[in-house]
Amino acid sequence: MLDDFFIRALIAGVGVAIVTGPLGCFVVWRRLSYFGDTLAHSALLGVTLAYSMEFNIAFSVFIISSLIALTLIQLQKRTNLPGDALLGLLAHSSLAIGLVVIGFLSFIRFDIMGLLFGDILAVTANDLLIIWIGGALILLVLKLIWKPLFASTVNYELAEAEGLNPDRAKAIFTILMAAIIAISIKMVGLLLITGMLIIPAAMARNISSSPQKMVMYSIIGGLLSVILGLFSSLEFNTASGPSIIAASLLLFILSLLNIKQSIKLKN
Amino acid sequence: MSSNQNILVKLNGAGLSLNNKWLVKGVSLQVEKGKIVTLIGPNGSGKSTTAKIALGIYKKIDGSVEKYTSKVGYVPQKISIDWTLPLRVNDFMVLTESISNELIDEALSLTGVIHLKDKNLGDLSGGEFQRVLLARAISKKPELLVLDEPVQGVDFTGEIALYELIKKISDELNCGILLISHDLHTVMSATDHVVCLNGHVCCSGSPMDVAKNNEYKALFGEQASQILSRYEHRHDHVHTSEGEIKKN
Repeated sequence: MLDDFFIRALIAGVGVAIVTGPLGCFVVWRRLSYFGDTLAHSALLGVTLAYSMEFNIAFSVFIISSLIALTLIQLQKRTNLPGDALLGLLAHSSLAIGLVVIGFLSFIRFDIMGLLFGDILAVTANDLLIIWIGGALILLVLKLIWKPLFASTVNYELAEAEGLNPDRAKAIFTILMAAIIAISIKMVGLLLITGMLIIPAAMARNISSSPQKMVMYSIIGGLLSVILGLFSSLEFNTASGPSIIAASLLLFILSLLNIKQSIKLKN
Repeated sequence: MSSNQNILVKLNGAGLSLNNKWLVKGVSLQVEKGKIVTLIGPNGSGKSTTAKIALGIYKKIDGSVEKYTSKVGYVPQKISIDWTLPLRVNDFMVLTESISNELIDEALSLTGVIHLKDKNLGDLSGGEFQRVLLARAISKKPELLVLDEPVQGVDFTGEIALYELIKKISDELNCGILLISHDLHTVMSATDHVVCLNGHVCCSGSPMDVAKNNEYKALFGEQASQILSRYEHRHDHVHTSEGEIKKN
């Protein structure tokens, strides 16, 4: 018989995987993996603020990550520094500030490991609500901006010329990224969220021939990773985040076999 | 000039500067329904920039652009598509607007690439991709077509056929076309209005007017001028019903 906490973790993980699937495809297509990392690092600051002000963690992380994303957009406009330098600046300074703030909060017992790598024990019924309602909202908004976002991912000028307003879509997508990090932080942990976004999508790229298929396989890959990862986490008593990511890596390696085959066919 | 209702896009002294350097300055032109306006000029003269200004891609411009239609089809000069995207021709056709399968097939047939419909975009040759780009731009029956060197990389016979197609589309859909091309021969036979650019509008008018213009001759040389003039001979006589040739 499975324990309640494990059932909760499974439901949470399934919810997260359905959302990270399509978002992860855009992260891969738009080369945003380091951007995802930056938002995730800044999430630590969000978590500490949530603890110190007794605020909801997901909400606090969402606010801080969105602020960091908007700061990045402003910095890109106003400085001559390259994008990756700005990302590094924001990622590490927000991580550092988060850790410094933790130092001041000595009166609270912090599960740092759980924060960094995810903790299935920590998932509450309340978290499930946040994941499923938040996830549904993210998917709904993504569906609404799909056309301009996808078109501008293929070619910005075509999208702009033919009246799709890609800048607005990009800004909204940035907020969605902050939102997915906020709702999945308890499951996967802030160091590994980007892996949850990228690895299933990368796996899907290896076996799909159209964008729709890639999104579908990415979701399926994420679901399998969550199920495999959580069961092995239970079996071997490992942190949930690393177990899920390790499972997704396994799927990615399997997908490589498919590439080899198709290359052989071509030759 | 026809009535204002026919104007699709109008540039009033439009220009763009980047890092204190003018890419193009003081361009005024308009594209009307059913008319083909061609931009010519040497490399770096601001042709593509002018097209992008007309399309509204650049936001911080000098002067102004008045755009009276949102049904636009665009064939950019350079297009870099990231192959991290698994994209088939069919997916590409519905990129900016969902159109019916019949319209997709019709457009792909017109540009002669219907057999490539399920192919991956990354597997196409340069000329094939160019035909797909043109098909995508015309498939949604736009009111304004902006074609930036639409036949680059297309084989010689295909080039002529595609220019004929562009002319036909302009007539059939009654859409306005802003065309950029290097090939003076082909362009001049179909163009209603030529704008010769060299960082600014160096001269403009009918192909004939431009050919006679001294600035044009200075820019392109005497030979180019003769190319244009050759088209004049097409109109210097009429065939009477008796089969005689009568000089104008």
